[in-house]
Amino acid sequence: MAGVMEEARGPAPAPRQRAIALWKPVRFGLGGWATIVIAALYFFAPLVITGVFSLWEGRSRYGFAAYRGLLADGEMWSSLLLSFRLSIETIALGLVLLLPAMIFVHLRAPRLRPLFEFISALPFVVPAIALVAGLTALYTGPDWLIGTPNYLVIPYFFLALPYAYRALDVGLSALDLRTLTEAGQSLGASWPQILFRVVLPNLVSAMLGAILLTLAIVMGEFTFANILLFRTFAVYITDVGQSAVTEAAALTLLSFAITWGAMLGVLATGRGRTAQVGGAH
Amino acid sequence: MAAFLLLPTLVLLVQAFSGPHGPTLEWVRTLGSYRYRTAFRNSVLLSAWSAILGLAAGLAIAHAVLRPGAPRGLRTLATSFAAVAANFAGVPLAFAFIATLGTLGLLTTALRSAGIDIYAAGFSLYSVSGLTIVYAYFQVPLMLIVIMPALEGLKREWREAASNLGASSWQYWRHVAFPVLLPSLLAAFVLLFGNAFSAYATPYALTSGNIGLLPIEISNLLSGNVTLAPQVAAALAAGMVAVMAVVLAIYALANRRASRWRG
Repeated sequence: MAGVMEEARGPAPAPRQRAIALWKPVRFGLGGWATIVIAALYFFAPLVITGVFSLWEGRSRYGFAAYRGLLADGEMWSSLLLSFRLSIETIALGLVLLLPAMIFVHLRAPRLRPLFEFISALPFVVPAIALVAGLTALYTGPDWLIGTPNYLVIPYFFLALPYAYRALDVGLSALDLRTLTEAGQSLGASWPQILFRVVLPNLVSAMLGAILLTLAIVMGEFTFANILLFRTFAVYITDVGQSAVTEAAALTLLSFAITWGAMLGVLATGRGRTAQVGGAH
Repeated sequence: MAAFLLLPTLVLLVQAFSGPHGPTLEWVRTLGSYRYRTAFRNSVLLSAWSAILGLAAGLAIAHAVLRPGAPRGLRTLATSFAAVAANFAGVPLAFAFIATLGTLGLLTTALRSAGIDIYAAGFSLYSVSGLTIVYAYFQVPLMLIVIMPALEGLKREWREAASNLGASSWQYWRHVAFPVLLPSLLAAFVLLFGNAFSAYATPYALTSGNIGLLPIEISNLLSGNVTLAPQVAAALAAGMVAVMAVVLAIYALANRRASRWRG
């Protein structure tokens, strides 16, 4: 692509060159700079101000009191751990259910792919708040299921489904699964061997993408946890925010750092350098 | 899948239409009350405006970033930041904006000491227009992520061909680039609309549940802040699903028209 463009710009007839030069100043231009500066102001100002705010100790004193207070707060750790545990469980459920099904569809039933794609997009049509209304109406028991935070893993699986599906689908489509499995079979490998020693190693980056996206979504999820009355990290931040604003600002930055870490991981592992989007607003 | 996604949705529908003595329209009729009409209107307006704002700003930023001559590294910076910001979940985002533009936010107080009182001028972070500004924080990056590949798909040759035929920059955008981008823009709008429509954590944390939006009203009903039957919550939720279904149906129709001429 780039080579073609260079060629097109090189030894071109004079009038054409002039036309291009008229329209496409190679300079970045005032408009470009203005757009970038305004965007940077809008996107960085809240972060910087939140940072300043989290260091505020009343009047004109600044320091790390908010952070020290948080580190000593046992509830922060328990809620953070709960959110982390839920993301691990959601990731496990997603990989166990989704991955085999997707490998099967890609390998044996490509005609089912549109159906799969449709199903994976469904959680997008049903807003989380509507889904939680349906769930509370439908399931009032058994207690061992809905009484523990593990119940959240089920709705979280659906919340993460569209994003995990897309990440895995990109990875699987980039592989020539059929050739790989046939090569494995002709070398005498059994199915588990093919799966664990041929297919999965080739999917590592796609799986990592799906895992980190799910992590980012579950760590920030608030809707289900709040309505179903479980104290996850996001619920804890909200509670803190009603009484202690500087601590809430510190937590905000921490949460941003978690998202940042997960997304940098996705970008670093992603094959196509394409960013992905979660849905925990 | 069926048990935890389709069944709850169906139950919502059934619940929304059933009373103690068989099928009823009673619950649906309560949606016509002033309170819920406002919630519907606010939700749809907020989603539509923030989607339009996201669409315009995202397109402008993507255009600037992809411009030849843009500083090196700008693109990587923009995509990676967009990935983070688009995923920056609701509650922390709300707090970041309260610290910035809330009644006692640093920017608000700084402006006030400079003689500009934005709250006296009618602005409020906790209103629909304030929420639109907050929503832009995740809508614009989302737009950036979805529209960049489409913008990159515009071939330089088309532009050159248009200029050879004497088209101005405006004419190129109007007759070439815009029609090519239209399906992507439509899809992006639907994505952004849905994203804002189901947003719950952000408005909840911003207003502590005191703003007339559909997700907030549903949660108030579910957690018993308002003494009313859960059937109303079901009817509201069913209404949300219906709005999303209508938006997607319009999208499907428009998309078919928009992409018809492409072979």
